Amino acid sequence: MRSHRAARPSGSFEYGMWLLTRISGLALMLFGAISLGMGFILGGREYLTMPAMIRWMFFPNPNHVINSDIPDVSLGWSNAVWQIYSILMIFLASVHGFNGLRMVVEDYTDRPLLITFLRGLTIVLLLGGVIVAIYVVLAS
Amino acid sequence: MELSRRVSLISGLRYKGGQGMLNWALHRITGLGILLFVGTHVVVSFFGQQFGDDLAFAINGVYESWQFQIFVYFSVLFHAFNGTRLALMDLFPALIRYQVELIWLQWLMFVPVYALPVYIMIQSALSGV
Repeated sequence: MRSHRAARPSGSFEYGMWLLTRISGLALMLFGAISLGMGFILGGREYLTMPAMIRWMFFPNPNHVINSDIPDVSLGWSNAVWQIYSILMIFLASVHGFNGLRMVVEDYTDRPLLITFLRGLTIVLLLGGVIVAIYVVLAS
Repeated sequence: MELSRRVSLISGLRYKGGQGMLNWALHRITGLGILLFVGTHVVVSFFGQQFGDDLAFAINGVYESWQFQIFVYFSVLFHAFNGTRLALMDLFPALIRYQVELIWLQWLMFVPVYALPVYIMIQSALSGV
């Protein structure tokens, strides 16, 4: 299996993003499982419909279940632990997603200058998205 | 020799990549779909939360509907299952020989995990709960 190892240049930017994509992808599934379990503990089984339960699993924000009849949604979620948990989830998901966008874009682009410009644009979108998402988490 | 990137859509569609190609295409489509959905959802939630914007509530209303959620759930679940298979094959390269069997195993695990919540969602939506 030497050929598989040789295909990965270690220490480069591409290798780092390759590794980060795998780790963040697996970590996000773990986050989803924890959110689902926490949703059940907070009364999701009795008070939430299936769509609200899935929304909560994808992202454990009080606003995600505000239209359901769960008694007090901010109970148990509005503390530093879950805010850090949410921000970590946002960071991993954004890097994973925008790196995927970069890879798809670079599959269809072969001009070096255009690639540099599009990479800059992707970083701007990533930073903007992360900042807005963190603000939404801390304000809700 | 450099790989040509200028492949026409027709010849791209005619390429017979089988199961692996289908999963590759679905992984990209669902990934870009999730990025578009999550990106707009975050920005729209910001405008709804801060300014009480009517358009923001309208868009989030669509996003919260069970019909839209069936697509979102498909995208996220397929992307997660396919991504797990890819990560496993990267960790254990010997598995690459059994790629087709792994894809069938992936669908075998995907279908019940996807279908059961969707069945419950449609049933409760149609009975008006």
